[in-house]
Amino acid sequence: MALPVYASPLEKLWHYTYIVLCAGIFIFLIAPIIVIIPLSFNAEPYFTFTDKMIAFDPEGYSIRWYDKLITFGMVNPDAPRDMSFWIDFWQHAAWMQAAKNSVIIGVFATILAAGLGTIAALGLTRPEMPFRKQITAVLISPMIVPIIISATGMFFFYSGKWVPTVGSDGFEWGRLAGTYAGIILAHAALGIPFVIITVTATLSGFDQSLVRAAASLGANPRTAFFKVQMPLIMPGVISGGLFAFVTSFDEVVAVLFIADHTQQTIPRQMWNGIREQISPAILAVATLLVILSVSLLTVVELLRRRSERLRGMSPS
Amino acid sequence: MTDATTDISTGPLTTADGRPLKAALAASLAVRRRRAFMLVAPLFLFITISFIVPIGQMLFKSVYNDGFSKNAPALVQWFKEHPKGAEIDESAYAALHSDLILMREQKTAGEAGTRINYDISGTRSLFTGGARKAAKMEPPYKEAFIDADKDWGDPNVWRAMRSASNPFTIDFYLAANDLTRDESGAITAVDEGQAIYKKLMFRTLVLSIEITALCLLLGFPIAHLLATLPMRKAMLLMILVLLPFWTSLLVRTTSWMVLLQSQGVLNDIFVWLGIVDDEGRIQMIYNEMGTIIAMTHILLPFTILPLYSVMKTIPPSYVRAARSLGATSWTAFRRVYLPQTLPGIGAGGLLVFILAMGYYITPALVGGADGQMISNMIAFHMQKSLNWSLAAALAAQLLAVVLIFFWIYDKLVGIDKMKLG
Repeated sequence: MALPVYASPLEKLWHYTYIVLCAGIFIFLIAPIIVIIPLSFNAEPYFTFTDKMIAFDPEGYSIRWYDKLITFGMVNPDAPRDMSFWIDFWQHAAWMQAAKNSVIIGVFATILAAGLGTIAALGLTRPEMPFRKQITAVLISPMIVPIIISATGMFFFYSGKWVPTVGSDGFEWGRLAGTYAGIILAHAALGIPFVIITVTATLSGFDQSLVRAAASLGANPRTAFFKVQMPLIMPGVISGGLFAFVTSFDEVVAVLFIADHTQQTIPRQMWNGIREQISPAILAVATLLVILSVSLLTVVELLRRRSERLRGMSPS
Repeated sequence: MTDATTDISTGPLTTADGRPLKAALAASLAVRRRRAFMLVAPLFLFITISFIVPIGQMLFKSVYNDGFSKNAPALVQWFKEHPKGAEIDESAYAALHSDLILMREQKTAGEAGTRINYDISGTRSLFTGGARKAAKMEPPYKEAFIDADKDWGDPNVWRAMRSASNPFTIDFYLAANDLTRDESGAITAVDEGQAIYKKLMFRTLVLSIEITALCLLLGFPIAHLLATLPMRKAMLLMILVLLPFWTSLLVRTTSWMVLLQSQGVLNDIFVWLGIVDDEGRIQMIYNEMGTIIAMTHILLPFTILPLYSVMKTIPPSYVRAARSLGATSWTAFRRVYLPQTLPGIGAGGLLVFILAMGYYITPALVGGADGQMISNMIAFHMQKSLNWSLAAALAAQLLAVVLIFFWIYDKLVGIDKMKLG
């Protein structure tokens, strides 16, 4: 990117303009995410920096919105902060319930997506796989089809009474809408394309002769897979799984369409909060979610570097 | 593999156990194909059941609505016996009477009325009211009905009932394209004031094109910078691209709401800089501008990443060679560098366009009245107006457009070349 020595003044001017332009675009990318962090510590219910905040006056900052976040929905929000307060928080706080639901749904959807997706990716990358392109297109489609259309279809499908369940008087047909299983299945479907894409990419860089080497040394196919191939593609599986988890953790439209009110998730709670009366408490949630995404990004980056190192490619 | 029998004179080559080699190879290939397929089968089945079937069911809903036909058996029978153009005589009103009595018993007048109401608005109450009054009516029913509500004599209502007596209909696709039927059943355009869907579809396309263009315009310099910087620096800057990519969509939309509000950070900065005065704060949100800004930000990483991976593979020596042969930097860029980035522009642009077409959350939160897209109308019919068949018809049309672009994407880029992060 260094400017060549033969650059004309006009080119120099353009070069520096270009640098400034890029800096501006980077600010556009990152500023909206950074700016909500200090704003979530605002002492006033405003969405802008107050004079006290700009002056770095400690009075301008407070953790009142985080406090509100914790106590919202609790039975005794004003109780002293002892053991019973935190039990109350664990059991009743609205955001805590939402977080629990999000984690439960996310974890099960991820396991389903990553498990089925990895096995399928193993098949898809085999050279003798029939109809590879068509099948890949179908498996990727949940990522391409607009979420509102997927959610509409799932709403009709999951509202149908075709699931065998045990009701109050014996066997009856139930529906998946309004159950955890329904949302988990829906989110797994939405997360699968990400697993397929990342694991297929990892497998395409995988040296098949390693498996053959293992076989020539006497390993049966199962041993060769678990001892040789699996550890090497694991980084791809984990980052695919993380993509699937984030997809589920951030998904609101399918939840709005097929969940009932007991399956409140974090994004749904945020959606309600934003639509009704946006308060800085939403910014406190947003800040926590940004911290979460930073840590997920770090994990994925580390995994990617590890995977490149294992494959003998160094990043520099 | 196909040349197993090269020398025919000596007979086919055989394996050790005496089978022809060609057949043995084919058999072993078939086994391996089956094994590969068996690995994919569970997921394929899962996606088919939990994703493809629901979409199919939605498509079915867009052409099938039995709200009226299943609740009005006598009228369905009457329409079957009396072809189009038959006089609406006493026997028709008698059939209507018996159906309304039935609807009263089974409490389905609302459901049947809703179906007719989709066609002619304001007719739902005709059915609920009719079902209430029907029990007291005496023959001749024709006069009794028209006395009760003169709308029962309206040929258009009868036309709508005839059309709804068949559960299979394309009426919802007509409605989704701002079309309706006149009294004779011919297809006509709806009134200018009620025509909204075509305009909305057009706006969705225009907004998506604008957003795609902006993403490419902003993404190109960044991708170029990342591709030409030394690896270590590029990796650091890459984090600035990946962080938004990994951040929750709702969080990013919320931040834009905070930044763009008229009492928000950006307007405060503008006032402080003296660009606008305190009364003249710019309305940047709850309109088209809010949708464009927020969606460009959200979709920008989807252009940067494919552009970057293409630009990484362009050897810098090509541009240097062009310069050494006398090209100005602009010519070298235009004639040598830019054409080589076209695959990246195609991949990034198409991906963003496809994603933008179906966006729902961001327009719903920051779009206000004129920043809405077709998805928001689908959600409206699903959740508020409860005209599910119309929602399904709108969704089917959007799906068709998206799938066409997905097909183009596959032809130009290849779906197996799709990459994340």
